[in-house]
Amino acid sequence: MNITHVLFWFLSVLALFSALMVITSRNPVHSVLWLIVTFFAISGHYILLNAQFLAIVNIIVYAGAIMVLFLFVIMLMNLNKSTEPKKNRWLQWAGAIAGLCLLLVLVAALKDTEIKGQAAQVNEGEIGLIKNLGKELFSTYVVPFEISSILFLSAMVGAVVIGKASPNPSEGRA
Amino acid sequence: MLLTIFWLVIEKLLLIGLIVSLSMVVAMYATYAERKVAAFLQDRIGPNRAGIFGLLQPLADGGKLFFKEEIIPLASSKFLFILGPCLAMITALLTSAVIPWSTPLHLFGQDVPLQVADINIGILFIFGVVSLGVYGIMIGGWASNNKFSLLAAVRGASQMVSYELPMGLALLGLLLLVGDLRMSVIVQNQIEHGWHIIYQPLGFIVFFICALAECNRTPFDLAEAENELNFGYHQEYSSMKLGFYLFAEYINMFISGVVMSCLFFGGYDIPFVNEASWGISQNALAIIGFLVMLTKAFFFVFVFMWIRWTIPRFRYDQLMNLGWKKLVPLALFNMIVTAAVILWLKK
Repeated sequence: MNITHVLFWFLSVLALFSALMVITSRNPVHSVLWLIVTFFAISGHYILLNAQFLAIVNIIVYAGAIMVLFLFVIMLMNLNKSTEPKKNRWLQWAGAIAGLCLLLVLVAALKDTEIKGQAAQVNEGEIGLIKNLGKELFSTYVVPFEISSILFLSAMVGAVVIGKASPNPSEGRA
Repeated sequence: MLLTIFWLVIEKLLLIGLIVSLSMVVAMYATYAERKVAAFLQDRIGPNRAGIFGLLQPLADGGKLFFKEEIIPLASSKFLFILGPCLAMITALLTSAVIPWSTPLHLFGQDVPLQVADINIGILFIFGVVSLGVYGIMIGGWASNNKFSLLAAVRGASQMVSYELPMGLALLGLLLLVGDLRMSVIVQNQIEHGWHIIYQPLGFIVFFICALAECNRTPFDLAEAENELNFGYHQEYSSMKLGFYLFAEYINMFISGVVMSCLFFGGYDIPFVNEASWGISQNALAIIGFLVMLTKAFFFVFVFMWIRWTIPRFRYDQLMNLGWKKLVPLALFNMIVTAAVILWLKK
Protein backbone atom coordinates (compact mmCIF):
# COMPACT_ATOMS: atom_id res chain seq x y z
CA MET A 1 0.00 0.00 0.00
CA ASN A 2 2.14 2.86 -1.18
CA ILE A 3 1.14 6.47 -1.64
CA THR A 4 -0.15 5.91 -5.18
CA HIS A 5 -2.63 3.31 -3.90
CA VAL A 6 -3.80 5.63 -1.15
CA LEU A 7 -4.30 8.44 -3.65
CA PHE A 8 -6.07 6.14 -6.09
CA TRP A 9 -8.59 4.96 -3.51
CA PHE A 10 -9.10 8.45 -2.15
CA LEU A 11 -9.75 9.87 -5.64
CA SER A 12 -12.04 6.99 -6.61
CA VAL A 13 -14.17 7.35 -3.50
CA LEU A 14 -14.27 11.11 -3.98
CA ALA A 15 -15.29 10.77 -7.64
CA LEU A 16 -18.08 8.27 -6.90
CA PHE A 17 -19.37 10.14 -3.86
CA SER A 18 -19.46 13.52 -5.62
CA ALA A 19 -21.06 11.98 -8.71
CA LEU A 20 -23.79 10.53 -6.48
CA MET A 21 -24.24 13.92 -4.84
CA VAL A 22 -24.72 15.49 -8.29
CA ILE A 23 -27.86 13.47 -8.90
CA THR A 24 -29.20 13.45 -5.36
CA SER A 25 -28.82 17.17 -4.54
CA ARG A 26 -32.12 19.03 -4.41
CA ASN A 27 -30.58 22.37 -5.37
CA PRO A 28 -29.27 22.60 -8.98
CA VAL A 29 -26.47 24.96 -7.94
CA HIS A 30 -25.21 22.36 -5.45
CA SER A 31 -25.39 19.74 -8.21
CA VAL A 32 -23.14 21.83 -10.44
CA LEU A 33 -20.65 22.37 -7.61
CA TRP A 34 -20.52 18.62 -6.92
CA LEU A 35 -19.96 18.01 -10.62
CA ILE A 36 -16.93 20.31 -10.43
CA VAL A 37 -15.60 18.20 -7.54
CA THR A 38 -16.08 15.11 -9.74
CA PHE A 39 -14.04 16.69 -12.51
CA PHE A 40 -11.26 17.45 -10.06
CA ALA A 41 -11.20 13.85 -8.86
CA ILE A 42 -10.99 12.62 -12.46
CA SER A 43 -8.18 15.08 -13.18
CA GLY A 44 -6.41 13.63 -10.16
CA HIS A 45 -6.65 10.19 -11.76
CA TYR A 46 -5.12 11.56 -14.96
CA ILE A 47 -2.22 12.97 -12.97
CA LEU A 48 -1.68 9.57 -11.34
CA LEU A 49 -1.28 8.19 -14.88
CA ASN A 50 1.14 11.06 -15.68
CA ALA A 51 -1.26 12.45 -18.29
CA GLN A 52 -0.61 16.03 -17.22
CA PHE A 53 -1.98 17.65 -20.36
CA LEU A 54 -5.26 15.77 -20.22
CA ALA A 55 -5.62 16.61 -16.51
CA ILE A 56 -5.16 20.35 -16.92
CA VAL A 57 -7.27 20.56 -20.08
CA ASN A 58 -10.05 18.71 -18.26
CA ILE A 59 -9.92 21.41 -15.58
CA ILE A 60 -9.66 24.36 -17.98
CA VAL A 61 -12.40 23.22 -20.34
CA TYR A 62 -14.87 21.41 -18.08
CA ALA A 63 -14.40 22.88 -14.61
CA GLY A 64 -13.27 26.31 -15.79
CA ALA A 65 -15.52 27.05 -18.76
CA ILE A 66 -18.43 24.66 -19.25
CA MET A 67 -19.38 24.48 -15.58
CA VAL A 68 -19.18 28.27 -15.31
CA LEU A 69 -21.73 28.49 -18.12
CA PHE A 70 -23.93 25.86 -16.41
CA LEU A 71 -23.80 27.86 -13.19
CA PHE A 72 -24.41 31.04 -15.15
CA VAL A 73 -27.59 29.71 -16.75
CA ILE A 74 -28.91 28.20 -13.52
CA MET A 75 -28.32 31.46 -11.63
CA LEU A 76 -29.92 33.54 -14.38
CA MET A 77 -33.01 31.34 -14.62
CA ASN A 78 -33.14 31.13 -10.82
CA LEU A 79 -34.10 27.46 -10.84
CA ASN A 80 -35.44 26.17 -7.55
CA LYS A 81 -37.97 23.74 -6.19
CA SER A 82 -41.05 25.70 -7.25
CA THR A 83 -39.96 25.97 -10.89
CA GLU A 84 -38.82 22.35 -11.09
CA PRO A 85 -41.04 20.46 -13.53
CA LYS A 86 -43.07 17.67 -11.95
CA LYS A 87 -42.07 14.28 -13.31
CA ASN A 88 -44.46 11.37 -13.68
CA ARG A 89 -43.86 8.18 -11.75
CA TRP A 90 -43.60 6.16 -14.99
CA LEU A 91 -41.07 8.68 -16.38
CA GLN A 92 -38.83 8.09 -13.36
CA TRP A 93 -39.12 4.31 -13.86
CA ALA A 94 -38.30 4.70 -17.55
CA GLY A 95 -35.22 6.72 -16.66
CA ALA A 96 -34.02 4.16 -14.13
CA ILE A 97 -34.53 1.24 -16.55
CA ALA A 98 -32.79 3.08 -19.40
CA GLY A 99 -29.83 3.86 -17.12
CA LEU A 100 -29.57 0.23 -16.01
CA CYS A 101 -29.66 -0.91 -19.65
CA LEU A 102 -26.76 1.42 -20.45
CA LEU A 103 -24.83 0.02 -17.48
CA LEU A 104 -25.51 -3.51 -18.72
CA VAL A 105 -24.23 -2.68 -22.22
CA LEU A 106 -21.09 -1.04 -20.83
CA VAL A 107 -20.30 -3.95 -18.52
CA ALA A 108 -20.94 -6.47 -21.30
CA ALA A 109 -18.74 -4.54 -23.71
CA LEU A 110 -15.86 -4.12 -21.28
CA LYS A 111 -16.02 -7.66 -19.87
CA ASP A 112 -14.19 -9.40 -22.69
CA THR A 113 -11.95 -6.63 -24.02
CA GLU A 114 -8.18 -6.73 -23.92
CA ILE A 115 -8.07 -3.66 -21.67
CA LYS A 116 -8.87 -5.80 -18.66
CA GLY A 117 -5.61 -7.71 -18.93
CA GLN A 118 -3.41 -4.61 -19.13
CA ALA A 119 -2.49 -2.85 -15.93
CA ALA A 120 -2.32 0.94 -16.20
CA GLN A 121 1.14 2.44 -16.09
CA VAL A 122 1.20 4.48 -12.95
CA ASN A 123 3.67 7.31 -12.39
CA GLU A 124 5.50 6.56 -15.62
CA GLY A 125 4.44 6.43 -19.26
CA GLU A 126 5.62 9.45 -21.22
CA ILE A 127 2.74 9.46 -23.71
CA GLY A 128 0.64 11.84 -21.62
CA LEU A 129 3.27 14.59 -21.72
CA ILE A 130 2.48 17.39 -24.09
CA LYS A 131 5.26 16.85 -26.63
CA ASN A 132 4.46 13.17 -27.27
CA LEU A 133 0.73 13.79 -27.24
CA GLY A 134 1.08 16.60 -29.80
CA LYS A 135 3.21 14.44 -32.09
CA GLU A 136 0.70 11.59 -31.94
CA LEU A 137 -2.26 13.90 -32.55
CA PHE A 138 -0.69 15.58 -35.58
CA SER A 139 0.77 12.47 -37.21
CA THR A 140 -1.08 9.22 -36.41
CA TYR A 141 -4.45 10.74 -35.61
CA VAL A 142 -4.36 13.86 -37.77
CA VAL A 143 -7.51 13.08 -39.81
CA PRO A 144 -9.89 12.45 -36.87
CA PHE A 145 -8.34 15.45 -35.10
CA GLU A 146 -9.01 17.79 -38.02
CA ILE A 147 -12.50 16.39 -38.56
CA SER A 148 -13.42 17.03 -34.94
CA SER A 149 -12.06 20.58 -35.19
CA ILE A 150 -14.31 21.19 -38.22
CA LEU A 151 -17.20 19.82 -36.16
CA PHE A 152 -16.43 22.36 -33.44
CA LEU A 153 -16.20 25.15 -35.99
CA SER A 154 -19.60 24.30 -37.44
CA ALA A 155 -21.06 24.18 -33.92
CA MET A 156 -19.65 27.66 -33.26
CA VAL A 157 -21.09 29.06 -36.48
CA GLY A 158 -24.42 27.46 -35.65
CA ALA A 159 -24.43 29.04 -32.19
CA VAL A 160 -23.73 32.47 -33.68
CA VAL A 161 -26.51 32.08 -36.24
CA ILE A 162 -29.03 31.04 -33.58
CA GLY A 163 -27.89 33.75 -31.19
CA LYS A 164 -28.15 36.46 -33.82
CA ALA A 165 -31.94 36.76 -33.79
CA SER A 166 -33.00 39.95 -35.53
CA PRO A 167 -34.68 42.64 -33.35
CA ASN A 168 -37.63 42.79 -35.75
CA PRO A 169 -39.25 39.34 -36.14
CA SER A 170 -40.84 40.21 -39.51
CA GLU A 171 -37.39 40.53 -41.10
CA GLY A 172 -36.67 36.91 -40.36
CA ARG A 173 -33.23 35.50 -39.63
CA ALA A 174 -30.35 37.49 -41.06
CA MET B 1 15.57 7.35 -0.46
CA LEU B 2 13.03 8.13 2.24
CA LEU B 3 15.34 10.78 3.67
CA THR B 4 15.70 12.59 0.34
CA ILE B 5 11.91 12.61 -0.08
CA PHE B 6 11.61 13.95 3.46
CA TRP B 7 14.07 16.77 2.71
CA LEU B 8 12.31 17.52 -0.57
CA VAL B 9 8.99 17.88 1.25
CA ILE B 10 10.57 20.16 3.88
CA GLU B 11 12.24 22.24 1.18
CA LYS B 12 9.06 22.67 -0.85
CA LEU B 13 6.97 23.42 2.25
CA LEU B 14 9.41 26.14 3.27
CA LEU B 15 9.36 27.58 -0.23
CA ILE B 16 5.55 27.53 -0.36
CA GLY B 17 5.38 29.20 3.05
CA LEU B 18 7.80 31.88 1.93
CA ILE B 19 5.98 32.58 -1.34
CA VAL B 20 2.55 32.68 0.30
CA SER B 21 3.70 35.05 3.01
CA LEU B 22 5.49 37.17 0.42
CA SER B 23 2.27 37.42 -1.62
CA MET B 24 0.34 38.38 1.52
CA VAL B 25 2.80 41.10 2.54
CA VAL B 26 2.93 42.46 -1.00
CA ALA B 27 -0.87 42.49 -1.17
CA MET B 28 -1.02 44.30 2.19
CA TYR B 29 1.31 47.02 1.03
CA ALA B 30 -0.36 47.12 -2.39
CA THR B 31 -3.47 48.49 -0.63
CA TYR B 32 -1.27 51.20 0.87
CA ALA B 33 0.38 51.83 -2.50
CA GLU B 34 -3.01 52.05 -4.18
CA ARG B 35 -4.10 54.81 -1.81
CA LYS B 36 -0.81 56.65 -2.16
CA VAL B 37 -0.90 56.42 -5.97
CA ALA B 38 -4.53 57.57 -6.01
CA ALA B 39 -3.61 60.48 -3.75
CA PHE B 40 -0.66 61.41 -5.94
CA LEU B 41 -2.74 61.33 -9.12
CA GLN B 42 -5.47 63.43 -7.48
CA ASP B 43 -3.03 65.91 -5.94
CA ARG B 44 -3.66 64.79 -2.33
CA ILE B 45 -1.36 63.41 0.37
CA GLY B 46 -3.01 60.08 1.11
CA PRO B 47 -2.71 58.05 4.33
CA ASN B 48 -0.03 59.63 6.54
CA ARG B 49 -1.16 59.21 10.16
CA ALA B 50 -0.23 55.65 11.19
CA GLY B 51 3.56 55.45 11.44
CA ILE B 52 6.08 57.31 9.29
CA PHE B 53 4.51 58.19 5.92
CA GLY B 54 1.50 56.17 7.05
CA LEU B 55 3.45 52.93 6.66
CA LEU B 56 1.48 51.19 9.42
CA GLN B 57 -1.83 51.92 7.68
CA PRO B 58 -2.23 48.36 6.23
CA LEU B 59 -1.88 46.91 9.76
CA ALA B 60 -4.54 49.30 11.04
CA ASP B 61 -6.84 48.37 8.15
CA GLY B 62 -6.29 44.65 8.74
CA GLY B 63 -6.97 45.04 12.46
CA LYS B 64 -10.15 46.93 11.72
CA LEU B 65 -11.37 44.22 9.34
CA PHE B 66 -10.59 41.47 11.85
CA PHE B 67 -12.48 43.06 14.71
CA LYS B 68 -15.58 44.07 12.77
CA GLU B 69 -18.79 42.23 13.44
CA GLU B 70 -19.29 39.24 11.23
CA ILE B 71 -22.71 39.11 9.58
CA ILE B 72 -24.05 36.12 7.69
CA PRO B 73 -27.43 36.88 6.11
CA LEU B 74 -30.20 34.57 7.36
CA ALA B 75 -31.51 33.81 3.87
CA SER B 76 -28.08 32.93 2.48
CA SER B 77 -26.79 29.41 2.02
CA LYS B 78 -24.27 29.47 4.82
CA PHE B 79 -21.69 26.96 3.62
CA LEU B 80 -21.38 28.49 0.16
CA PHE B 81 -21.36 31.98 1.66
CA ILE B 82 -18.20 31.06 3.58
CA LEU B 83 -16.76 29.02 0.69
CA GLY B 84 -16.84 32.01 -1.70
CA PRO B 85 -14.07 34.14 -0.16
CA CYS B 86 -12.03 30.99 0.61
CA LEU B 87 -12.08 30.01 -3.06
CA ALA B 88 -11.14 33.53 -4.13
CA MET B 89 -8.13 33.43 -1.81
CA ILE B 90 -7.04 29.88 -2.73
CA THR B 91 -7.12 30.48 -6.48
CA ALA B 92 -5.25 33.76 -6.03
CA LEU B 93 -2.44 32.01 -4.14
CA LEU B 94 -2.27 28.83 -6.26
CA THR B 95 -0.90 30.48 -9.39
CA SER B 96 2.46 31.22 -7.80
CA ALA B 97 3.31 27.49 -7.70
CA VAL B 98 4.78 27.29 -11.20
CA ILE B 99 6.61 30.63 -11.27
CA PRO B 100 10.43 30.51 -11.42
CA TRP B 101 11.37 33.21 -8.92
CA SER B 102 15.10 33.19 -9.57
CA THR B 103 18.16 31.08 -10.36
CA PRO B 104 18.75 28.18 -7.93
CA LEU B 105 20.17 28.87 -4.47
CA HIS B 106 23.15 26.83 -3.32
CA LEU B 107 22.46 25.63 0.23
CA PHE B 108 24.07 22.79 2.26
CA GLY B 109 25.94 21.47 -0.76
CA GLN B 110 23.00 21.18 -3.13
CA ASP B 111 21.06 23.35 -5.55
CA VAL B 112 17.67 24.50 -4.32
CA PRO B 113 15.50 25.69 -7.23
CA LEU B 114 13.39 28.72 -6.37
CA GLN B 115 10.34 27.29 -8.08
CA VAL B 116 7.79 25.12 -6.31
CA ALA B 117 6.95 22.90 -9.31
CA ASP B 118 8.58 22.95 -12.73
CA ILE B 119 5.80 20.97 -14.39
CA ASN B 120 5.54 19.99 -18.02
CA ILE B 121 2.36 22.04 -18.51
CA GLY B 122 3.54 25.20 -16.66
CA ILE B 123 1.62 27.95 -18.39
CA LEU B 124 -1.49 25.79 -18.81
CA PHE B 125 -1.56 25.36 -15.03
CA ILE B 126 -1.80 29.15 -14.70
CA PHE B 127 -4.67 29.20 -17.17
CA GLY B 128 -6.40 26.42 -15.27
CA VAL B 129 -6.22 28.30 -11.98
CA VAL B 130 -7.28 31.58 -13.60
CA SER B 131 -10.31 29.87 -15.12
CA LEU B 132 -11.28 28.65 -11.63
CA GLY B 133 -10.88 32.13 -10.15
CA VAL B 134 -14.37 33.08 -11.24
CA TYR B 135 -15.99 30.61 -8.81
CA GLY B 136 -15.10 32.76 -5.80
CA ILE B 137 -17.12 35.62 -7.28
CA MET B 138 -19.97 33.47 -8.60
CA ILE B 139 -20.51 31.38 -5.48
CA GLY B 140 -20.18 34.38 -3.17
CA GLY B 141 -22.56 36.46 -5.24
CA TRP B 142 -25.16 33.72 -5.50
CA ALA B 143 -24.97 32.58 -1.88
CA SER B 144 -25.57 36.13 -0.64
CA ASN B 145 -29.18 35.86 -1.85
CA ASN B 146 -29.14 39.47 -2.95
CA LYS B 147 -30.20 40.66 -6.41
CA PHE B 148 -27.31 43.08 -6.79
CA SER B 149 -24.77 40.46 -5.74
CA LEU B 150 -26.27 37.95 -8.17
CA LEU B 151 -26.17 40.44 -11.05
CA ALA B 152 -22.56 41.24 -10.26
CA ALA B 153 -21.67 37.55 -10.07
CA VAL B 154 -23.25 36.85 -13.45
CA ARG B 155 -21.48 39.86 -14.95
CA GLY B 156 -18.15 38.81 -13.49
CA ALA B 157 -18.54 35.28 -14.80
CA SER B 158 -19.34 36.28 -18.37
CA GLN B 159 -16.57 38.86 -18.36
CA MET B 160 -13.93 36.43 -17.16
CA VAL B 161 -14.98 33.63 -19.52
CA SER B 162 -14.93 36.10 -22.43
CA TYR B 163 -11.46 37.44 -21.67
CA GLU B 164 -9.85 34.05 -21.03
CA LEU B 165 -10.17 33.31 -24.72
CA PRO B 166 -8.11 36.21 -26.15
CA MET B 167 -5.69 35.75 -23.22
CA GLY B 168 -4.92 32.20 -24.32
CA LEU B 169 -4.80 33.12 -28.00
CA ALA B 170 -2.42 36.00 -27.32
CA LEU B 171 0.06 33.60 -25.76
CA LEU B 172 0.05 31.15 -28.68
CA GLY B 173 2.53 33.27 -30.65
CA LEU B 174 4.92 33.27 -27.70
CA LEU B 175 4.58 29.51 -27.26
CA LEU B 176 5.37 29.02 -30.94
CA LEU B 177 8.62 30.93 -30.34
CA VAL B 178 9.62 28.93 -27.28
CA GLY B 179 8.31 25.49 -28.18
CA ASP B 180 7.78 24.51 -24.55
CA LEU B 181 5.18 25.19 -21.89
CA ARG B 182 7.51 25.02 -18.90
CA MET B 183 7.90 28.42 -17.20
CA SER B 184 11.61 27.87 -16.53
CA VAL B 185 12.25 27.17 -20.24
CA ILE B 186 10.26 30.26 -21.24
CA VAL B 187 12.45 32.44 -19.00
CA GLN B 188 15.65 30.70 -20.09
CA ASN B 189 14.74 31.23 -23.75
CA GLN B 190 14.52 34.98 -23.11
CA ILE B 191 17.90 35.09 -21.39
CA GLU B 192 19.43 33.49 -24.48
CA HIS B 193 17.50 35.21 -27.28
CA GLY B 194 16.25 38.49 -25.85
CA TRP B 195 12.96 39.37 -24.18
CA HIS B 196 9.73 38.24 -25.79
CA ILE B 197 8.32 41.77 -25.76
CA ILE B 198 10.61 42.49 -28.75
CA TYR B 199 9.12 39.62 -30.76
CA GLN B 200 5.56 39.73 -29.46
CA PRO B 201 4.51 43.34 -28.77
CA LEU B 202 0.96 42.81 -30.02
CA GLY B 203 0.64 39.60 -28.02
CA PHE B 204 1.74 41.47 -24.91
CA ILE B 205 -0.78 44.28 -25.39
CA VAL B 206 -3.66 41.83 -25.77
CA PHE B 207 -2.41 39.79 -22.81
CA PHE B 208 -2.08 42.89 -20.63
CA ILE B 209 -5.63 44.07 -21.37
CA CYS B 210 -6.96 40.59 -20.63
CA ALA B 211 -4.98 40.45 -17.39
CA LEU B 212 -6.61 43.73 -16.32
CA ALA B 213 -10.02 42.22 -17.08
CA GLU B 214 -9.26 38.95 -15.29
CA CYS B 215 -8.18 40.84 -12.17
CA ASN B 216 -11.50 42.77 -12.24
CA ARG B 217 -9.63 46.06 -12.23
CA THR B 218 -10.90 49.36 -13.59
CA PRO B 219 -11.74 49.93 -16.45
CA PHE B 220 -13.08 46.36 -16.31
CA ASP B 221 -14.48 46.27 -12.75
CA LEU B 222 -18.03 45.72 -13.94
CA ALA B 223 -18.55 43.13 -11.20
CA GLU B 224 -18.31 45.81 -8.53
CA ALA B 225 -19.62 48.84 -10.36
CA GLU B 226 -20.78 50.72 -7.28
CA ASN B 227 -23.02 53.23 -9.03
CA GLU B 228 -25.07 50.45 -10.64
CA LEU B 229 -24.76 47.54 -8.22
CA ASN B 230 -24.21 49.26 -4.83
CA PHE B 231 -21.11 47.23 -3.97
CA GLY B 232 -21.12 44.31 -6.37
CA TYR B 233 -20.72 40.66 -5.51
CA HIS B 234 -19.35 41.26 -2.00
CA GLN B 235 -22.19 43.50 -0.89
CA GLU B 236 -23.42 41.20 1.91
CA TYR B 237 -19.93 40.42 3.18
CA SER B 238 -18.43 41.99 6.24
CA SER B 239 -15.38 41.64 8.44
CA MET B 240 -12.47 39.50 7.21
CA LYS B 241 -14.58 37.69 4.58
CA LEU B 242 -14.87 41.01 2.77
CA GLY B 243 -11.18 41.48 3.49
CA PHE B 244 -10.40 38.18 1.76
CA TYR B 245 -12.16 39.28 -1.41
CA LEU B 246 -10.35 42.62 -1.47
CA PHE B 247 -7.06 40.96 -0.58
CA ALA B 248 -7.42 38.32 -3.29
CA GLU B 249 -7.71 41.09 -5.86
CA TYR B 250 -4.37 42.56 -4.80
CA ILE B 251 -2.69 39.16 -4.77
CA ASN B 252 -4.05 38.54 -8.27
CA MET B 253 -2.58 41.87 -9.37
CA PHE B 254 0.83 41.01 -7.96
CA ILE B 255 0.83 37.51 -9.44
CA SER B 256 -0.28 38.71 -12.86
CA GLY B 257 2.55 41.27 -12.74
CA VAL B 258 4.94 38.40 -11.97
CA VAL B 259 3.49 36.26 -14.76
CA MET B 260 3.79 39.08 -17.27
CA SER B 261 7.41 39.74 -16.35
CA CYS B 262 8.13 35.99 -16.66
CA LEU B 263 6.46 35.65 -20.04
CA PHE B 264 7.42 38.87 -21.79
CA PHE B 265 10.07 40.71 -19.77
CA GLY B 266 12.70 38.08 -19.07
CA GLY B 267 11.69 37.06 -15.54
CA TYR B 268 14.75 37.36 -13.29
CA ASP B 269 17.01 38.43 -16.18
CA ILE B 270 18.84 41.78 -15.91
CA PRO B 271 18.77 43.47 -19.33
CA PHE B 272 21.95 44.33 -21.30
CA VAL B 273 24.37 42.63 -18.90
CA ASN B 274 25.64 39.10 -18.49
CA GLU B 275 25.41 38.76 -14.72
CA ALA B 276 26.98 35.29 -14.77
CA SER B 277 30.34 36.85 -15.72
CA TRP B 278 30.47 39.10 -12.63
CA GLY B 279 32.09 36.34 -10.65
CA ILE B 280 29.91 36.70 -7.54
CA SER B 281 28.56 33.73 -5.64
CA GLN B 282 25.53 31.76 -6.83
CA ASN B 283 23.44 32.78 -3.82
CA ALA B 284 24.08 36.48 -4.37
CA LEU B 285 23.09 36.08 -8.02
CA ALA B 286 19.88 34.32 -7.00
CA ILE B 287 18.95 37.10 -4.58
CA ILE B 288 19.72 39.80 -7.17
CA GLY B 289 17.62 37.93 -9.74
CA PHE B 290 14.76 37.69 -7.26
CA LEU B 291 14.90 41.43 -6.56
CA VAL B 292 14.95 42.17 -10.29
CA MET B 293 11.86 39.99 -10.73
CA LEU B 294 10.07 41.80 -7.88
CA THR B 295 10.96 45.20 -9.37
CA LYS B 296 9.40 44.25 -12.70
CA ALA B 297 6.29 42.89 -10.98
CA PHE B 298 5.92 46.04 -8.85
CA PHE B 299 6.16 48.15 -11.96
CA PHE B 300 3.20 46.30 -13.45
CA VAL B 301 1.24 46.67 -10.22
CA PHE B 302 1.93 50.41 -10.41
CA VAL B 303 0.72 50.50 -14.04
CA PHE B 304 -2.48 48.71 -12.96
CA MET B 305 -3.08 51.41 -10.32
CA TRP B 306 -2.16 54.20 -12.72
CA ILE B 307 -4.77 52.90 -15.17
CA ARG B 308 -7.38 52.57 -12.43
CA TRP B 309 -7.14 56.22 -11.45
CA THR B 310 -6.92 57.48 -15.03
CA ILE B 311 -9.48 55.63 -17.18
CA PRO B 312 -13.21 55.51 -16.37
CA ARG B 313 -15.18 52.28 -16.38
CA PHE B 314 -16.47 50.73 -19.62
CA ARG B 315 -20.12 50.14 -20.29
CA TYR B 316 -21.01 46.47 -20.38
CA ASP B 317 -21.66 46.28 -24.13
CA GLN B 318 -18.38 48.10 -24.79
CA LEU B 319 -16.60 45.52 -22.65
CA MET B 320 -18.06 42.63 -24.62
CA ASN B 321 -17.40 44.33 -27.96
CA LEU B 322 -13.78 44.93 -27.04
CA GLY B 323 -13.29 41.34 -25.93
CA TRP B 324 -14.96 39.45 -28.75
CA LYS B 325 -14.74 41.76 -31.75
CA LYS B 326 -11.33 43.41 -31.24
CA LEU B 327 -9.08 41.36 -28.94
CA VAL B 328 -9.92 37.91 -30.34
CA PRO B 329 -9.25 38.89 -34.00
CA LEU B 330 -6.09 40.77 -32.95
CA ALA B 331 -4.79 37.75 -31.05
CA LEU B 332 -5.62 35.42 -33.97
CA PHE B 333 -3.84 37.79 -36.37
CA ASN B 334 -0.81 37.83 -34.09
CA MET B 335 -0.77 34.03 -33.95
CA ILE B 336 -1.02 33.58 -37.73
CA VAL B 337 1.69 36.16 -38.49
CA THR B 338 4.03 34.62 -35.91
CA ALA B 339 3.43 31.14 -37.27
CA ALA B 340 4.06 32.29 -40.85
CA VAL B 341 7.29 34.09 -39.91
CA ILE B 342 8.59 31.10 -37.96
CA LEU B 343 7.76 28.78 -40.85
CA TRP B 344 9.49 31.13 -43.31
CA LEU B 345 12.63 31.47 -41.16
CA LYS B 346 12.96 27.74 -40.71
CA LYS B 347 12.81 27.01 -44.46
